[in-house]
Amino acid sequence: MFAANFEYLRATSLAEAHRLLAANPGAKLLAGGHSLVPLLKLRLAAPPAVIDIGPITELRGIAGQGDSLRIGALTTHAAVAASAEVRTSAAALAEAAAGVGDPAVRNRGTIGGNIAHADPASDLPTVLVALDAAVVAVGPKGERTIPAAEFFTGIMTTALRDNEIVAAVVVPMSKRGVGSAYVKFAHPASRYAVVGAAARVAVNKGTCAEVQVAVGGLVPHARRASAVERALTGQPAEAASFQAAAARVREDLGGDVNGDVFASAEYRAAMAPVYVKRALAAAAARAGLT
Amino acid sequence: MKVPITISINGRARSAEVEPRLLLVQFLRDVLGLTGTKIGCDTSQCGACMVLLDGIAVKSCTCLAVQADGCAVTTIEGLASNGQLSALQEAFWEKHGLQCGFCTPGMIFAAYELLRTNPNPSPEQIRHGLEGNMCRCTGYQNIVRAVQAAAAAGGRA
Amino acid sequence: MSVAATAPAPARVFGSGIRRREDPRLLTGTALYTADFTLPGQAYAAILRSPHAHARIRTIDTARAKAAPGVVAVFTGADSDGVLKPIPCAWLIPNSNLKTAPYRPMATDTVRFVGDAVAVVVADSDHQAYDALELIDVDYAPLPAVVDPQKAAEAGAPHLHEEAPGNIAFHWTVAGGDIDAAFTSADVVVRDRIVQQRLIPTAMEPRGALAQYVPATGELTLWNTTQNPHIVRFIMSVVTGVPEDRLRVIAPEVGGGFGSKIPQIQGDFITVFCAMQLGRPVKWVETRSENYVSTTHGRDHVQEVELAATTDGRILGVRATVWAGMGGYLSTAAPGIPTILHGLMLSGPYQIPAIKEDVYGVYTTTTPVEAYRGAGRPEATYMLERLVDLLADEIKADPVEVRRRNLIPPFENGHAVATGLTYDSGDYQGALDTALAQIGYDNLRTEQAAARAKGRYIGIGVSMYVEICGLGPSQVAGAVGFQGGLWESAIVRFHPSGKVHVFVGISPHGQGEETTFAQVVADELGVAVTDVKVVHGDTENTPMGWGTYGSRATAVGGAALAIATRKIKEKARLLTSHLLEAAVEDIDYADGKFFVRGSPDKAKTIQDIALMANVAWNLPQGMEAGLEASSFYDPPNFTYPFGTHIAVVEVDPETGHVELKRYVAVDDCGRQINPTIVEGQVHGGVVQGIGQALWEQAVYDQNGQLLTGSLIDYAIPRADLLPDIDVRSTVTPSPHHPLGVKGIGEAGTIASTAAVYNAVIDALEPFTVRSIQMPLTPERVWRAITAGKGA
Repeated sequence: MFAANFEYLRATSLAEAHRLLAANPGAKLLAGGHSLVPLLKLRLAAPPAVIDIGPITELRGIAGQGDSLRIGALTTHAAVAASAEVRTSAAALAEAAAGVGDPAVRNRGTIGGNIAHADPASDLPTVLVALDAAVVAVGPKGERTIPAAEFFTGIMTTALRDNEIVAAVVVPMSKRGVGSAYVKFAHPASRYAVVGAAARVAVNKGTCAEVQVAVGGLVPHARRASAVERALTGQPAEAASFQAAAARVREDLGGDVNGDVFASAEYRAAMAPVYVKRALAAAAARAGLT
Repeated sequence: MKVPITISINGRARSAEVEPRLLLVQFLRDVLGLTGTKIGCDTSQCGACMVLLDGIAVKSCTCLAVQADGCAVTTIEGLASNGQLSALQEAFWEKHGLQCGFCTPGMIFAAYELLRTNPNPSPEQIRHGLEGNMCRCTGYQNIVRAVQAAAAAGGRA
Repeated sequence: MSVAATAPAPARVFGSGIRRREDPRLLTGTALYTADFTLPGQAYAAILRSPHAHARIRTIDTARAKAAPGVVAVFTGADSDGVLKPIPCAWLIPNSNLKTAPYRPMATDTVRFVGDAVAVVVADSDHQAYDALELIDVDYAPLPAVVDPQKAAEAGAPHLHEEAPGNIAFHWTVAGGDIDAAFTSADVVVRDRIVQQRLIPTAMEPRGALAQYVPATGELTLWNTTQNPHIVRFIMSVVTGVPEDRLRVIAPEVGGGFGSKIPQIQGDFITVFCAMQLGRPVKWVETRSENYVSTTHGRDHVQEVELAATTDGRILGVRATVWAGMGGYLSTAAPGIPTILHGLMLSGPYQIPAIKEDVYGVYTTTTPVEAYRGAGRPEATYMLERLVDLLADEIKADPVEVRRRNLIPPFENGHAVATGLTYDSGDYQGALDTALAQIGYDNLRTEQAAARAKGRYIGIGVSMYVEICGLGPSQVAGAVGFQGGLWESAIVRFHPSGKVHVFVGISPHGQGEETTFAQVVADELGVAVTDVKVVHGDTENTPMGWGTYGSRATAVGGAALAIATRKIKEKARLLTSHLLEAAVEDIDYADGKFFVRGSPDKAKTIQDIALMANVAWNLPQGMEAGLEASSFYDPPNFTYPFGTHIAVVEVDPETGHVELKRYVAVDDCGRQINPTIVEGQVHGGVVQGIGQALWEQAVYDQNGQLLTGSLIDYAIPRADLLPDIDVRSTVTPSPHHPLGVKGIGEAGTIASTAAVYNAVIDALEPFTVRSIQMPLTPERVWRAITAGKGA
């Protein structure tokens, strides 16, 4: 509860934030504070300076951008979960956002802060990877777009450079006949994902035409389940094929499944097919509804 | 280096110079002496520190005081008006929704937030709405009843 | 003799579920807990705690910390040793070869658990104190750790105290009946090895202390998060040398305890030490992470248990060996919990001719273990209820039927069991029948079979219990080594205006005795409940009491109050007879009025009498002025509440997740003063017990590091994981209690763990699962299913 001292700097524009970042090596960015403040309180982080980007209004809000939704980095989980656009065209993301932490956490925590923190047990990365979302990172010399699958590189590490700030997340919108879902095995204490599975399924005349799946929580960072995707593509959208395809997720997990005192790596690996299957079924059901 | 801040607390502007590391809950308790807001953990789990920040429930242990500069905060001390308990406070009393009382201020704001976004919640929705608040005394059951009663009585205020 | 709780609500205030008097201040944020007080000139203490489970302290360098901004002082064990005595253990079980070892407020040469206090920084602000904490350099030489109590008792285990060879703190035995004959003649023997996992009480208010010492007068005032301020004063006086008459302990608002606020912990003494050294008020409030490693834990038993029975399911005997982890030191009441409060309860509600249990209290390099809600009795109930279910499984009988065959028949005044206790009153069959009817047991079994046919796994778990409450006769306390009495006292004082002040020695911290005690007084004296104020928690203005724990506040403190109130009534009757010039035996009392029999118009209200007694213008010869009485109530026996709980769960066979679907609790705590408060106590208690069955566990690694050291890892029950608890009751008054009450604070916890556990095992019957270690995490359940499928 007693953070070490730091200097507090406030940015009202991206340009100002970049200036402050350049002038203060080692400074940390503060958005909603729900990733950084807990670290500060326990002195697990003790940066010399904290740059509050909360006042940068251009980083807030959800807007259509072609076939995608652009979600500003400072958009709170509550806003993402409540957004009609997100619920309609990226249901898995709304579902994941609605399950982050608890209501008060969702009122302050932001999508940008969440993904920059890159906790392996976080929910949003799994969905963003599954949905082929991209992260807009802005550096002093302009912005670049990083596919979500390349953004998350390890436990609490990302492709973000020291002088870059997450400005937005761009999420492709589901079209008619496409559904997405996120299902989660929540840790009973932390509410983080022990296993999380996100899926987007395009159903055409009862067949899974396109399949996108990612898993998180049990691996160092969210990753695509391409073996599952291949196995299900072209198969009938029914329970037996979901189960058969989901079983292939073991090929996607790799050798670095996390285990801890609550759930061993072996158990988590055994749960991955179950949660993938459930995510596929839920996504396909939604595809039928849209 | 200390930073000047001004926060409207329960309708009254309060200014102070604070260290950036000071949490909003510490500002309320230690600087302003508003000790109704409680600290029950150090990992943003228990919800005892919940207050309204610009009308929305937040955990004041996970917000720096400097982040609340220019905002309006409502604490448990500001919920009753002219000695009249709010509908939620009345309902918690009527339904025995508290025992030791330590989680109560936060719990009331969790309920407030729920009713703000969902004025007629089902018992299951109430239980989900309370998922960020821990109570070790009541088993939550009478808190659920209290929120139901407050909803039936017309809301949170 | 049992009365259904659905009887019409009584018109009397006794038995009425009125709203609590405590609540307005709690609901408005005006109630003050220890951490809420700030005194002029107050400094803040932060405690440096050992990061090692077991280590020698080579050196401590405090120079950098002392030079840090705002730092007032830095102290280590070397400074406090000799000034403070070691923290005494207050329950020295006789005939158990008990070995205490010095438990220093700050370690001097050796640390014995992660969290053992090593040094303290006092600074002008809390932030400065924590800043300086990082500047203390301690050179430790790590020693081997041992965290499992059974392993710690094995030869060659890492050794904690030279005073306790083999880490054995005590070895206690209870034996009744011919246990060898029971097992020799048995048709059936069932066995289990049970781990009662270590739990962390997690009262929502962390512990804290604020100490003010006035050197000029030698007076010390301590605001403390405690369940028992008078014991704090007693022990604090022993440790600090401050005479008890100069020592004032205030338990202001206290945010739950569940046993964790019974003991006096290192932080309390360190805070007082700093205040006395500095002559300046010092406040210490632990963080939750600090609470998890340094304030007490609960349970931590390894139990090897066996039950002997006949083929038709009659229990012949129960035998057990228990290794009870004590942690690095013996906490205040620790030795009494796995012995007196556990071993003596091994007959439960059953007729068991022979019982034998060996309990080894074992030192381990872990946080000291203390009472945690139920304290010893949940561990006994769980043991018996598991064994009975295993017996039912073994002889292919319904678990309810096996229970029925062994229940003690209803009794109204005294039933002796093999452990040597005499239960007060009971109707165990009545509670069982009520619970079965409420849950619809027979239908449930049909539903269960139908669900199984569809691949759904529903389980029904029954748990019956008897608990020992109302601790207790002081003579017994002395005989079992409790270093104090267990009576309670109360003072009832009428003011001239007819308002009543009540002063009690017990110290509630959420249980609502300001309300229930006012109900008792109002009911006895015929005054309005709003005219009665109950004062507690300050040793300076309340009579001596031994505290609120073990479901004893109402069972003992309430009795003291009733008796004091009745003394007042007797005096009022005398004064009435004097004022009305009638014989005492002709004075009747009804509804707050004393009147001459047959002449109800010749009457005095209790308020009239209060005024006349206080002004004392016309008292009978020899009568003292005032209308006030006190009582010291020492109970003639314990009270024995009982009940039956039934849980219904569904297990997801794919993941091992347990969903609790229904829960019925039928408890009998004797007469109820306030049924709403009784129900609330059951709700909370049941949920804590569910927590043990499903989620909660303090886990240490091999090096003695607590892996579940915060609320991120340690899962206490949350609202969305729970169903409604359907609370019912039967009423079997205690024959020896002046109000017929028994106590309800722990009942829920005592019963619910076994109910939920039995339900899960019942659900998994198709997979031939017999035993899973608690808590029943999805992984453990899944593994049991997987193993069962393979079998």
